[in-house]
Amino acid sequence: MSDRGMSERGMSETFTPQNWRPAPFLPERDERDGSLIFVVAVLCFLACLTAMGVIAANRAAAGWTGQLTGEATVIVRPRGGETPDAAAARAAEALAGTAGVSEARALEASKAYDLIRPWLGDVSDLEDLPVPRLVAVTLDGRHPADAAALKAALAKQGVDATVDDHSIWIKDIRRAGGVVQALGVTIFLLIAAAAAAVVAFATRAGLAARRDVVEVLHLAGAEDGFIARLFQVRFARVAGLAGLIGAGGAAALGVGLRIAGGGGGLTPALPFAWTDILAVIPCPLIAAAVAAAAAQFTATRLIRDMP
Amino acid sequence: MRYGQGPDVLSHLNLALAPGSFHFVTGPSGAGKSSLLKLIYLAARPSKGLVHLFGRDVVHAPASEKPKLRRRIGVVFQDEMLLDHLSVFDNAALPLRIAGRKPADYRNDVAELLTWVGLSQRMDAMPSTLAGGERQRLAIARAVVNRPDILLADEPTGNVDHEMAVRIFRLFVELNRLGTTILIATHDQELIARSGRPVLHLENGRIAPRPAPMPRPAAFGPLS
Repeated sequence: MSDRGMSERGMSETFTPQNWRPAPFLPERDERDGSLIFVVAVLCFLACLTAMGVIAANRAAAGWTGQLTGEATVIVRPRGGETPDAAAARAAEALAGTAGVSEARALEASKAYDLIRPWLGDVSDLEDLPVPRLVAVTLDGRHPADAAALKAALAKQGVDATVDDHSIWIKDIRRAGGVVQALGVTIFLLIAAAAAAVVAFATRAGLAARRDVVEVLHLAGAEDGFIARLFQVRFARVAGLAGLIGAGGAAALGVGLRIAGGGGGLTPALPFAWTDILAVIPCPLIAAAVAAAAAQFTATRLIRDMP
Repeated sequence: MRYGQGPDVLSHLNLALAPGSFHFVTGPSGAGKSSLLKLIYLAARPSKGLVHLFGRDVVHAPASEKPKLRRRIGVVFQDEMLLDHLSVFDNAALPLRIAGRKPADYRNDVAELLTWVGLSQRMDAMPSTLAGGERQRLAIARAVVNRPDILLADEPTGNVDHEMAVRIFRLFVELNRLGTTILIATHDQELIARSGRPVLHLENGRIAPRPAPMPRPAAFGPLS
């Protein structure tokens, strides 16, 4: 009995046509599988890290934007004989009654001095300067008031003030978030393309190595699509396994980073969450799909060139 | 017909095989016998000219239609072209699997055929463990297993002993009786002489008058 026969049926069982089961048309194992699995697994590992990084960066950008959009700062300048503190109190009162504002709080004078002290140095008579007062405004989370509404409310009360709704920073943060996201997607696509190229190369090598199989099937009347599908299924399976290994590695690293980073994630700048690890789940499927498409495309082209 | 930029391996060839006929093609090595078979089993395209099979031009047939045509042709390759990772039984059943038949419908037929060609004890062996003659018999079993409309055989009895050669020839005769058109390329003049079948002689890629046949050995009678 052959080695295969012995391994499949056991030594005591003799072959009969009734216990015969059709064997796969392609050999189940190839000596090149190990290297292919390694390369695709590394690519999948990098792709998963990229995906998790992009998700965490998006969360960071969203967090910063949320903080900035939820607040506004009003700089109040006293008019006439009004003291700065009285002007700030009047501004806070006007803003507190405005729709879309949850809270308006005049900051102590010391806060304003603290803000300008770095520019002027430790001047002893700083308190004598006509420093404008600040009003911190917390906006309603669902229906926040915009800068125009705040300005109108202040103007109505005759308060001379400038409203900073942080829009200039929000724009920058959103732009930075978009750049990080685009960069992540680009890296992800590059990795996917590299994986596809590796699989296409492996398919070519596999077809060349198994040209005998392809030729016999071709001459025995197998459809081109049927032969291509054999390679498609084979490489999809190999890439799926590699994707599983790569995704598993990335998930393990994600768990390690999350544990090492504590409650704040990896760093406050990159708040890595447990749920981000879920991003690795589609990896084996995507790897298998990319490999299947690359193998199908390559095999079809090669078979088409046969007479 | 030529390979790449090389010289013509077949030229000025004009022949027709009637359905259900049985021919030999002979000639010295390099005469173009294998190339002629390749043209017929659609493994090569003529650089000029036409090939008609089953009443149609197959040179210009769409690629999508060729698999169906190939399934009607059984081929015994000179180098057998067995798949070494498949068992004897799997190799023999290959054309039937490709044709989409269910194992339950053909497993007994395959076993019977393998028994006929003397491989009943080697059904689960791997081809790499077979002797030359066994490999050739397996190649023949694979070629005839789906009762093709045309059977092309390139030196089918080159590696088998006389008794097995006669047995295989009888298998071909039986297939021919059932309607299969048969064309066998061979150097075996004794087989040709005993068969009494028409012979196509090739030399330098052209049909040439056949040299005087060798006298039939007195000890053997006709094969069919």
